[in-house]
Amino acid sequence: MFRLEVRTSTPAWFNLALPLLAIAATLVLCSGLIALAGAGVLEAYGVMFTASLGDSYAITETMVRAAPMIFTGLAVAVAFRAKFWNIGAEGQLLAGAVASCFVGAIPMPGPLAMLLMAVAGAAAGAAVALVPATLRVKFKVDDVVSSLLLNSVIYYALMALIEGPWKDSFSGYPISPPIEDSANFPVLLEGTRLHLGVVVALIAAPVIWFLIVRTTLGFRIRVTGENPEAARYGGIHVERVLISTALLSGALAGLAGVGEVGGVHFQVMSDISPGYGYSGIVVAMLARLNPLGVVPAAIFLAAVMTGAEAMSRATGVPAFLSDVIQGTALLAMLVALLFTAYRIRRVGAAR
Amino acid sequence: MPTPAPLIEMRGITKSFGAVKANEVVDLSVAPGEILGLLGENGAGKTTLMNVLFGAYAPDAGEIFIQGQPVRITSSADALAAGIGMVHQHFHLAPRLTVLENLLIGIPGRSGRIDRAGGLARLAEIRRQHGLTLDPDLPVSALSVGEQQRLEIVKALFRGARLLILDEPTAVLAPTEVDGLFSALRSMAAQGLGIIFISHKLNEVRALTHRCTVLRHGRVAGRVDDPANTTSAAMAQLMCGHEIVPPARGPSTPGAAVLTLDGISTSQHSGTALRDVSLSVRAGEILGIAGVSGNGQRALAEVISGTRAPDAGRMTIAGQKVSGFSPREVQALGLGRIPEDRMTTGLVTNLPLADSMVLPRIGTAAFSSKGLLKPDAIRAFAEAQIKAYDIRCPGPMTRAGALSGGNLQKALLARELAFDPKVLVVSQPTRGLDIGAARFIHEKFLDMRAKGCGIIVIGEDLEELLVLCDRIAVMYEGRIVGTLDSADATVARLGLMMTGAEGHS
Repeated sequence: MFRLEVRTSTPAWFNLALPLLAIAATLVLCSGLIALAGAGVLEAYGVMFTASLGDSYAITETMVRAAPMIFTGLAVAVAFRAKFWNIGAEGQLLAGAVASCFVGAIPMPGPLAMLLMAVAGAAAGAAVALVPATLRVKFKVDDVVSSLLLNSVIYYALMALIEGPWKDSFSGYPISPPIEDSANFPVLLEGTRLHLGVVVALIAAPVIWFLIVRTTLGFRIRVTGENPEAARYGGIHVERVLISTALLSGALAGLAGVGEVGGVHFQVMSDISPGYGYSGIVVAMLARLNPLGVVPAAIFLAAVMTGAEAMSRATGVPAFLSDVIQGTALLAMLVALLFTAYRIRRVGAAR
Repeated sequence: MPTPAPLIEMRGITKSFGAVKANEVVDLSVAPGEILGLLGENGAGKTTLMNVLFGAYAPDAGEIFIQGQPVRITSSADALAAGIGMVHQHFHLAPRLTVLENLLIGIPGRSGRIDRAGGLARLAEIRRQHGLTLDPDLPVSALSVGEQQRLEIVKALFRGARLLILDEPTAVLAPTEVDGLFSALRSMAAQGLGIIFISHKLNEVRALTHRCTVLRHGRVAGRVDDPANTTSAAMAQLMCGHEIVPPARGPSTPGAAVLTLDGISTSQHSGTALRDVSLSVRAGEILGIAGVSGNGQRALAEVISGTRAPDAGRMTIAGQKVSGFSPREVQALGLGRIPEDRMTTGLVTNLPLADSMVLPRIGTAAFSSKGLLKPDAIRAFAEAQIKAYDIRCPGPMTRAGALSGGNLQKALLARELAFDPKVLVVSQPTRGLDIGAARFIHEKFLDMRAKGCGIIVIGEDLEELLVLCDRIAVMYEGRIVGTLDSADATVARLGLMMTGAEGHS
């Protein structure tokens, strides 16, 4: 018989071991589905790997996909540190995309346009995140529900825009007009899609890490998240910290949308995000809410997404496996987190 | 010599956590009708031992016998089935359910329906046997703390407990409630139940128990066969391994008032409101605030600590009027604060100890500048305090929650005293602490008093207040009903005032 016992301390190597354990468990669990689809498990995973990380082009494609998830992962990690349960990164990303696309369509010098796109996108994301945060601080509305539901509101508002007043008159499709060519983010490697936004995302992670670990705002975020009562007693304005966190989180998610508009799609369409906002939750959890961990976690999920399409073509396993892997990875990580607080003891054997 | 077979016997219990031996070859037995005191400082292994008995931990070695039969207890369900009931320090009750419903939790009903009639009959029987009265239809949230404890005891008896473990049951009770508890326990023992009574309060142990087992560092340090005729000092020495001398409060030469409250009233927000409270503490003086818990002490502590603004009245710290009642304002005026609840209000258990130690002053130049933390200064501060106050922990980066209560209280004391407060407000300074740690805290208070700090101690332990304080004010229903010089104060007189019997003075 086994039972859970409370741990008194958590070894440091757990921080690395747990996500790896969760990922390993995920791959094992999902291999059953691959086998059910009639493909060889190792072959399918092999294709996934080579297609996502096997050569330099594949790696750039994976990085392009990882960039938005680094931003949404950071957005969620920051929010969850303060226990502001922001499930709304998806909507904040879309708002950021719309705002930056709107700004990018105005003729002006390229660098200025890119800067203003980033500012507008971050502001739009922050404004959306402010809604659930204000509702929670002022009226004690559950932020999980309000931020989640707001995603649909933003999504359908975006649909209404691109089906209606904002519809691209040139193509006639439900997509927005493109941004100015001069506002397109520069490509860093000839012949790839690796754009400036990817680098910004990679820089954002250590910046956010510094903010959380080394600034008074970061200190207040951590303390508020872990124990709001002690924070209040210690003179921290808990409500103010929650609002600041929401603004920061929303701005980061908004930047994910900016990168997609400026570096990948150059316009807004209904499927501009294949759920990057939700993937951000998986990324943040795999990273154990550590901003530096967000980068490898986002690259892992991006590799799964890029790899899943190639695997689907090569083996006939539906690309939906990518979503299953994501979901399983989140559940596996949540179970793995149990081991930070508990350990398994065998009982009854000793006698 | 025929002795009755022990109701319960633990033999050679050993339990380690990593390198720490929480229990090492511990023997313990309780006979039917016996009240056994289980003594020991925090960390001596009392809780681990009781958790082994109650099935929460599996021992590494050792055996448990019930009425001579070896038993294996691997869960609380096993323990209950073996007739062992435990009343934890923190109650395990569902506040929205009624007394009867709480009793019936986990008890199989009849054909899927709650057996109300059967439950009422059993409750009536327990009342008849032990004089424990409870209204079966009141929701638990309407019960006083003492009544909730009674319900926990009844719950154990309801399930057929023949051995009752009580973990520091008197910590939450008023003096009159303690008397009630003791007479109930005595009557239960007289009817053949065994009781294990865990407490730090030696006078209570001497008054109640028939025999004591004393633990120190996980081992049995000694047994006391006649607690009533053994001195508290002798027992304390067994617990600590060395002699304990009560702190001596020298004569005081109080200076000017460093904290004054004038006509402070609060609205009924949560708990009892303050009604026209005026008091003052002078430099070099310790003022005690006595009272049965729930008579406005919490509101008083909150107002002084700057976490609640009063509706009326004025407060001054070191002559300066407090205008905004924020933690930062009162702190800046020279007030040090130690909250009643270390774990929930004082510290952030999941973060490093150093974070908790700098929390109230993180925005000051000592620990940050221009929004950037000074990690080296924070670490150095924490390390210095850990050393100065002998806080037992691996280092400043240890999770605060891993420290024992005494060490946490030292850390909270250190974080305030390091800034030389002019006034210190503390609630329940030694609740749950062992003799050694309590002694340390008391000495620090007396040191601060000698240095001219004014201290206000809000507490329920009258003996502690009498030892520490120069004056003691008594609160009843949100008012100060009177203030006594400690020379004139006795437990009896204070106890009477705490019931509101004595009018304004």
